[in-house]
Formats: sequence, structure tokens, C-alpha cells
Amino acid sequence: MRIGIIALQGDVSEHERMLQLTLDQRGEECDIVPIKHKGLVPSCDGLILTGGESTTLSRLLVTEGIAEEIIDANARQVPIMGTCAGMIVIAKRGDEQVERTGQYLLSIMDIGIKRNAFGRQRDSFEIMLDMDPLKEPYNAVFIRAPAIIEHGKDVNPLALFKDLTVAAEERNILALAFHPELTDDIRIHNYFLDKIFSLAEQE
Amino acid sequence: MELENLKHGTELIKRGFAKMQKGGVIMDVTTPEQAKIAEDAGAVAVMALQAVPADIRKAGGVARMADPEIVANIIDAVTIPVMAKVRIGHFVEAEILETLGVDMIDESEVLTPADDQYHIDKTKYTVPFVCGARNLGEALRRISEGAAMIRTKGEAGTGDVSEAVRHMKQIMGEVRELAGKNKEELAMVARDIEAPVDLLIETANLQRLPVVNFAAGGIATPADAALMMRLGADGIFVGSGIFKAENPEKMARSIVKAANNYDKPEVLAEVSKGIGAGMKGISISTIAQEESLQLRGW
Repeated sequence: MRIGIIALQGDVSEHERMLQLTLDQRGEECDIVPIKHKGLVPSCDGLILTGGESTTLSRLLVTEGIAEEIIDANARQVPIMGTCAGMIVIAKRGDEQVERTGQYLLSIMDIGIKRNAFGRQRDSFEIMLDMDPLKEPYNAVFIRAPAIIEHGKDVNPLALFKDLTVAAEERNILALAFHPELTDDIRIHNYFLDKIFSLAEQE
Repeated sequence: MELENLKHGTELIKRGFAKMQKGGVIMDVTTPEQAKIAEDAGAVAVMALQAVPADIRKAGGVARMADPEIVANIIDAVTIPVMAKVRIGHFVEAEILETLGVDMIDESEVLTPADDQYHIDKTKYTVPFVCGARNLGEALRRISEGAAMIRTKGEAGTGDVSEAVRHMKQIMGEVRELAGKNKEELAMVARDIEAPVDLLIETANLQRLPVVNFAAGGIATPADAALMMRLGADGIFVGSGIFKAENPEKMARSIVKAANNYDKPEVLAEVSKGIGAGMKGISISTIAQEESLQLRGW
């Protein structure tokens, strides 16, 4: 089993640490591969798109030739998790900020996003967030976070904040506006690993 | 979900913001047009300034926080984070920048210090700070004051990367030397380098600084950026290197590409081709000690 973390820019080592922590607690093993160049995505059973600057990530996904590989992986139903900037780049539709900067989107999840939906860095926040399917609230860290402002019928919203969707799922894809990799609470990475391992069992 | 649970400006949020910049290039800009060029080239953030360090150096006199109008116009022009510099110890300039909505404040030796004894108490702000450092002691003192990001001081405005190299190697080397030391020995090191002992122990355990550590001060080419990444920098600040170059657009794009491909000489060769002349620069060895910016701050 192999999980790829797109490592073009952003908090890659934080996701690596969190995945390892989660795997250790589950007593399972898995290759964790940071991906900076093309050629590795096709061998992965799961993919993570990290937090970072989405305009930078978009540009590098295209120039490094990784974008097409992720679109192919999605077509094969490989589980994909996008956090914050990662959620922006997997979206089908963007707001006027995305339009204005001509930002490339992977268009693999049927959601429309708004960048910096809650304001600038001084407005960034932490909150105990109720989220499906978690039983207890999760300490969600929002940093210049985006939000999902509309979505297709196959998208299942998992958490709301101020009436905006901040976590959602569409078949193999899990999108979060916040950063589960910055805390020590493994439940969201655990949920993502459940998706990967249950898929592997079906095959 | 209760809204009174909402927390702003925590250490997790401030350090988290800095972590999102990792692997990226932060570019100095002085106009909204330059900020857009930086954004298009793939910069993770821009540093809004009245003048780039090379011009500050040339102009002499007292260098202060940029005109709030310039900062506000740059904030309006781009979607990426905007940073700006305040003088060391000038907590009122910091309050002004926070009010403007700046996303990170650089308490910077490039400007003329406002206080020759104390740096700003950065824990009091909602907005995160970055500070320069030449060695581990200086870095940990800044972190204990609340800095969420450290950068090497280097020697700003020179286009000479040698001081940034020196400071990065110095910090990395000092961190490596902590390995294997017991608590008592670490307490001794903390005394010697005038660093808080708890932060020093944390650094020893992590085998790296507890916050992200960027390279700054003299980076002028894609190869310079790759060199600093190879030395272990988490990301790059480019000051005068972009807009003092012959072709800023090309230079900006090439440096972004180099920061991601720092371990691929064949890609570096490709992105370094035909980008025009870099900034002219001045060699460190010709700078008099009283003109050295890195000696500001302590």
C-alpha cells in the first residue's frame, strides 16, 4: 500500500507525521511518498493535497505535469484528500478571486469554492467543529480558509460553519477547509485511511 | 457548536500560517503591478515595501515602515498573503500594519531599529511575525518573544548570498550539536547562547527549530534559491533579486521553479537559461561594518 502526498509546496511534513501517527495507532504499514515530480502518482493507492498557497500549487501542478496524473487517479476512484489549498485545487468551480488570477483547477470534485471565505490571516481561527461521521467535535484550525459555497447532488456535506460547508465528501474524495494535520487528533486521517483500506479489501 | 469557542491568534494558527508558506518563494514588491507579477509567477506571498533593500541601502538615512497607502493598495491587488516590515522594537508600526490587514509582519533589520534594547513582544498580536537571525541563540530569543517564523538575516540588498549561507549553516550546525546532550548540558548551552532552556530542549528533541526557517538576505538567482533549499531552508525570501533583475517576470518564474527542483541540476540548468542578468549587487567584502544591516538586532 502506498500513499502519495503532493509535495510541491505547503505543509507536507505535517501530513506525513499525521499519517505515520495514524498508521502506528492502527498497527498498519504503508509507504508514504512525498511527490514533487511526475511518475509517482500512478503507483499510489491514496493521495493527499496539502495546505499551502493554492495559486502556487496550481501553477506547479501544471508545470510539473502532475495535474493530469491526479485526474487519471481520480478516474480510477483512488481516494483523495484535499485540505485548505488542497480543497481549492480539486474543485470544479472557483469564485472571482480564482477567475481574476486565472487559477488552474483540477475539476475533480463537484463543488464551487470561495477563497479566503472567512477573511485574512488576522481572522483565522480555531473552533470545536461538529463533523460527520465523527462522534465528538474536532478542533479545526482554519487559516485564511476557503469554503464550499455550492455543490452538486452527489456531494455529501460533512460540516458547516457560519452556514458554509467546510468539509464534504464525494465518493472517493474528501475535502476539508481546515487543517487536521496541524493537531494531534488522528480521527480525520483515520477516516481517510478507512476509505483506502476498505477499497483495497473490495479488490 | 458554540461560537464562544472561537479562538483567534493562537500559536497554532500563527505557526500554522508560516507552515503553509513552506517550499515557497516570498518576493519583495513596491507597487501593485509588481505584486501581480509575483503572484502570476507563483510566489506564495509578497512583502510590501516602500523601496527594495538595495535602494534602501543606496539611499541611506532612516528607513521606516512603508506608507500604509502602498501596503493597502498591494493588499487589494493580490489574493496571496501580504507581509510588510516594521522597525525592530517599533510596536506602534506593528499595530498599524495589523490594522491594515497585513498577514505577517517582518520585524526587520533592513529598516532602522527603533529600540536598541528590546524587540517587539510578538505574543500580544493576532497577526504572526517573522524575524531575522544569524545563529541559534538569536533565533530562539525571537521565538520566545512570539515569532512564528525565522529567516536568516544574510545581508539584504547585496545580491551576495554568502551571508545567508553562513547564517543557515551556523543555525543548522548548532542544532546538530545539540544531539546527544543531556538536560544538564543543554541548560549549559542555553546559558552560553542566551536562549530560553525550554525552547532549546524542544529544538534538541525535534532536531530542528520549532518554527519554520526561511532563507533571506542576498538571494539573487535560481541557483541561489536552490543552494539555500539544499542547505535545509524551508523556503525562500527574495528581496531586490527579482525587481532589480533585467527581466523580473522570468527571474520570478525561474526562482519559483528552482525552489521546487532544488535537487535536480538538469532542471536548474534549464530554468537558469536566458533569464537575463541578475541584479548587479555588491560583494560583502566591500561593505563597511557600519553599513552592515545584519548587525542590527541582537
